[in-house]
Amino acid sequence: MSLSAQYLWVIPALPLVAAAIGALTPRSGRSLVAGAAIVALALSFFISCAALSTALANPAAHLTHNFTWFELGNDTVRLGWLLDPLTAFMCTMVTFVGTLIFIFSLGYMHEDENFKQFFCFLSLFAAAMLGLLVANSLLLLFICWELVGLASYLLIGFWFHKPSAAAAAKKAFITTRIGDLGFLLGLLWLYDSAGSLLLYDNGNGVLEATALGALGSAATVCGLSVASAIGLLLFCGAVGKSGQFPLHVWLPDAMEGPTPVSALIHAATMVAAGVFLMARVYPLLTPDALQVIAIIGAITALLGATIAVAQYDLKRILAFSTVSQLGYMMLAIGVGAPSAAIFHLLTHAFFKALLFLGAGSVIHAAHHEQDIRQLGGLSVKMKLTFATFAIGTMALVGVPLFFSGFWSKEAILHAAHATAGSHFPFYAALVGVVLTAFYNTRLIAETFFGHGRSHAAEHAHENSAVMTTPLVILAFFAIALGFLGTPVYPWLQARLSGETAVHGHSLLDGVGLLVLSSGLVALGIGAGFALYGRTLRLRTKATAPDPLAIAAPRTHAFLGDRLKFDELYAATFGVVNTFLATASDWFDRSVWGGIVHFLALLGEFSGTVNREADEQGLNAGFDATSEKLRASGQAYSRAQTGDAHGYLRFLAVGFVVLALVAILGGGA
Amino acid sequence: MSLDPLPLCLLFSSALFCLGLIGALARSNTILVLLGIELMLNAANLNFIAFWRYGPVTSPATGVMFVIFSIAVAAAEAAVGLALIIAVYRHQKNIRLQEANRLKG
Amino acid sequence: MTAALVLIAVFTLATAAVALSLRNLIHSALLLIASWFGIAAFYLWAGAEFVAFAQVLVYVGAVSMVVLFAVLLTRRSRADTVIAPDSVARAISAVITGIAVFGVLGAAILNTSFARLSPAGVPPLPSGTGVSPVISAPTATVRDIGMQLMSTHAAALLIIGILLTVALLGAVVLAAQDGPESKQESP
Repeated sequence: MSLSAQYLWVIPALPLVAAAIGALTPRSGRSLVAGAAIVALALSFFISCAALSTALANPAAHLTHNFTWFELGNDTVRLGWLLDPLTAFMCTMVTFVGTLIFIFSLGYMHEDENFKQFFCFLSLFAAAMLGLLVANSLLLLFICWELVGLASYLLIGFWFHKPSAAAAAKKAFITTRIGDLGFLLGLLWLYDSAGSLLLYDNGNGVLEATALGALGSAATVCGLSVASAIGLLLFCGAVGKSGQFPLHVWLPDAMEGPTPVSALIHAATMVAAGVFLMARVYPLLTPDALQVIAIIGAITALLGATIAVAQYDLKRILAFSTVSQLGYMMLAIGVGAPSAAIFHLLTHAFFKALLFLGAGSVIHAAHHEQDIRQLGGLSVKMKLTFATFAIGTMALVGVPLFFSGFWSKEAILHAAHATAGSHFPFYAALVGVVLTAFYNTRLIAETFFGHGRSHAAEHAHENSAVMTTPLVILAFFAIALGFLGTPVYPWLQARLSGETAVHGHSLLDGVGLLVLSSGLVALGIGAGFALYGRTLRLRTKATAPDPLAIAAPRTHAFLGDRLKFDELYAATFGVVNTFLATASDWFDRSVWGGIVHFLALLGEFSGTVNREADEQGLNAGFDATSEKLRASGQAYSRAQTGDAHGYLRFLAVGFVVLALVAILGGGA
Repeated sequence: MSLDPLPLCLLFSSALFCLGLIGALARSNTILVLLGIELMLNAANLNFIAFWRYGPVTSPATGVMFVIFSIAVAAAEAAVGLALIIAVYRHQKNIRLQEANRLKG
Repeated sequence: MTAALVLIAVFTLATAAVALSLRNLIHSALLLIASWFGIAAFYLWAGAEFVAFAQVLVYVGAVSMVVLFAVLLTRRSRADTVIAPDSVARAISAVITGIAVFGVLGAAILNTSFARLSPAGVPPLPSGTGVSPVISAPTATVRDIGMQLMSTHAAALLIIGILLTVALLGAVVLAAQDGPESKQESP
C-alpha cells in the first residue's frame, strides 16, 4: 500500500465529516452519529497505515504537497500536507487509540442525554488533531492547534451544568491561550525572518537549509539569537498545550470532563500536540533554546511526580502523572533526542489511554466514585480491569524488560546522560523515576487491594465487553510497543530520524544505567508498599488517614494543595491586576477628574456672563419673531404624519415621476 | 437583451435595490425595514464596484475606496438603527413601525 | 464569467427575496446573511478581494450579530420570533412601487450605450456575441488601498473614525437601560 501526500487531507477530513454529520443530525440519531464517528476514525486509521507504509519505505524523505490558499496583494499564503515517519507514526497512533476510546465511550456515555453531541465533539477533536499532524505549514498547524483548544474546551466543559466543569473548561482554554500567544508571536517573527511558514518546500521551507542558514546569521536581540527567540516563543505554545511548568495548572482540572475525554486529551491528542510541535520544529531549535526546554521539562517531570504523591482523586493522580511524563518528553527533546521523545509519546499514549480507560471502568462500576479513599478491594470484583490497569501502571512505572514504558524511559535517560549540556535534567529524571514508582504503588494498593471502603466500592462489578475490549487491546500494546525501540534494535528511533539501517548495540553497553533505573523503580515500589501495602488490612473506613499524612503531615498537606500553584497565581497576577485597577481608578478620579472639574467651572462662569447679557439686552426683539415662526411651524407639522412607510413610498414614487418626466419630456 | 457584464451588474444591483425597497415598504417589523434599507445600501455598493471594474479608468482604487467608506457608514447606521429599535421596543413594547408615530404633527 | 455573475445574482436576489417575505425573524436574518455572502461573492468575482473580505467581516460577521441580538432582545417570549402577517394592501402597494422603480431604472440601464464608458484603449464592446469581452481589470492591491487611505483619503478616514466612535457611543446611550438604577436611588 502506498499513499501520495496529495491525498493526506483525507485523514483529518473523515472525522470532520463525521462531526458535521453529528452536528446536523437531530438529537434522536444517537447510533447514527456514534457509528459515523467510529467508522470515520477507523477508516482514517487504515489510511494512516497506508501512509505509514509509504513513509517507512523511504524514511529520510519528506513527501509534501503544497498549494496556494489565497493571495493578498503581493503575499501568497500557501498551505500543504506533509508525509514523513513522524507524521505517519503519530497519525496511526492517534487514530488507533482514538478509535478504541470512541468505542469505550459507547459504553461509558451510554446513559448521557447529550450522547450525540459528545460524539460530535469527539470527532471534531480528532479531526483537528489529525489536521495538526499532517500540516506542512505552521499556519495550518496553528489553525488546527486552536481548533484542538476549542474542542477541548467543549469536551472538558461537557457537563457544563457542574460549575466546576465549566470553570475547568475556562481555565484550560485561557491558560493554553497564554502559551498560544507566544506561539503566534513566534510564527509572525518566523514569517518575517524566513518569508514562509511552510515546513518543507523543495529547499525553501523554514526547516530546510536555506532558511535555517538565514536564521542562524540573523542579528541577536538582547543576547539571544533570533533563532533562539523564535524557538522559545514556539515552545511557549507547547508549554501551554502540553501542560509544562508553569502553565501546567489547567491539566489536572481538565479531569472534570468525562473520563474518555481525559483519556483522549491526556493520551493521544491535546497534550501530545505540544511535544509533537517541538519534535516537528526540532531543526529550528538552537542549543540555547534546547537547554531551556530541557530544564523546563525536568522541572515539570519532577513537579508532576511530587504532587501526584498526595492526591486522592483517581483521575487527578493520573493527570499529574501525565504532567510528569510530558516533562520527560520535553526533557528528551531538550537533550537532543526527539526520537526518544516521540517513542515515549507513543508508548505513553497507549499505556496512559489504558490507565484512563481503566480508571473510567472503575469509576463507572463504582457509581462515579473517584476518591481512592472510598475505593479499595476491587481486584477481586473487577479482575479484567485490574489486570489491564496493573499492566498500564507497570508500563508507566517502567518495570524492567517486559513493559513499553521501561524502554522508552530508558531511551530518555540515556540521552539525558549522554548530553553535553547540564546534567540537572538527568538527575531530576532519576528522582522522578522513584516518585513515579511510589505513587503508582499507592494508587494500585488503595484502589484494588484491601477492603472496600465504601458502599459503592463493595458493590462494584465488572463492566460490559464494549468497555473491557479496548482495555485488553491497549494492554497488549502497552507491552508490545516497547520492543520496537529497545537499545538492541532501536527500529522506531532509526525510522524517526530518517535512517533505513538500524544500529543496535548490546544491552551491556548501557547496563549501568539499566540496573540503576531498575533499582530506583524497585526502591519506589518498595517504599510505596512499605507505607501503603502493609497498612491496608487495618484500614476499613474511608475516613482513615493517609499513612503519608501520618508520617509527614505538613509536606503532605502542601503537596495535597498542589504546591499552592493556584494560590500563588491568584496572589501574584491577581494582586498585580487589582493594584493596577486601583491605581488607574485613583488616577482617573483625581487627575482627569480635576481637569474636567476645572473646565466645568470655566464653562459655568462664562455661562453666567452670557445669561446676564441676554436677559438685559437681547430678549424683547426676538419674542415677536419667534411667535411667527411657531405659527408657521405648526402649519408645516401637519405634513409630519408619523408614517415612516409613507415617507419612503412618497420618496420612491416621487423618484419615478421625476424620472419619467425627465425621460419622456427631456429625452425628446 | 445585452450580455455585456456592466449592464448585467447594474440590473442586478437595481433588482437588489428594488427588493430592499419592497421589503422596507411592505413589512411593518422595524428590524425588517432596517434590513431592507441595508440591502438598498448594498445595491448602491454593487454599482460602485461595477463601474470601477468596467467603467472608464480614473484612479485605480477609487471605487474600492467608496465601497470601503460606504461599508463603514453602513456599519454605523446598523448599530444606531438597531439601538433605536431597542429603545423603541422599550417604550411601546413592540417594534411595529406604523405605531411609532408619537412625534407626528 | 457572465454565467457566474448570473448565478451569484440569482442566489443573492433569491435569498434576499425569501428573507424579506418570511414571518420568522431568525430565519430572515440567517437568509440575509446568505444574501450578504452572495454580495461578497460578487465582489470577489469583480476582483475586489479587499472589499469582499470587508463585506464578510462587517456584514456577515458584525451586522448579522447585531441583528440577531436585536431580534432576540425585542421579543417577549421564546415563541415570539414569528411575527403576525402584515397587511396585504400595503404589500401590494409596496410591490407596485418597487416594480415602478425597477422599471424606470431598468429602462434607463437598457437604453444607455455603455460603449462610451469603456476603459481607455479598449475598443467598444461587441454586444450580443455571447462571449464576454476581456477587459483589463483595474487592480487594487491591499498595498494600494492602504497607501491611498493614508494619503489621498486620510481626512475621510479620520472623519469615518470619528463617525464610528460617535455612532458607537450613540448606540450605547440609546440602548442603555436608564430605568431601575435611577429609580432605586431616588427614594
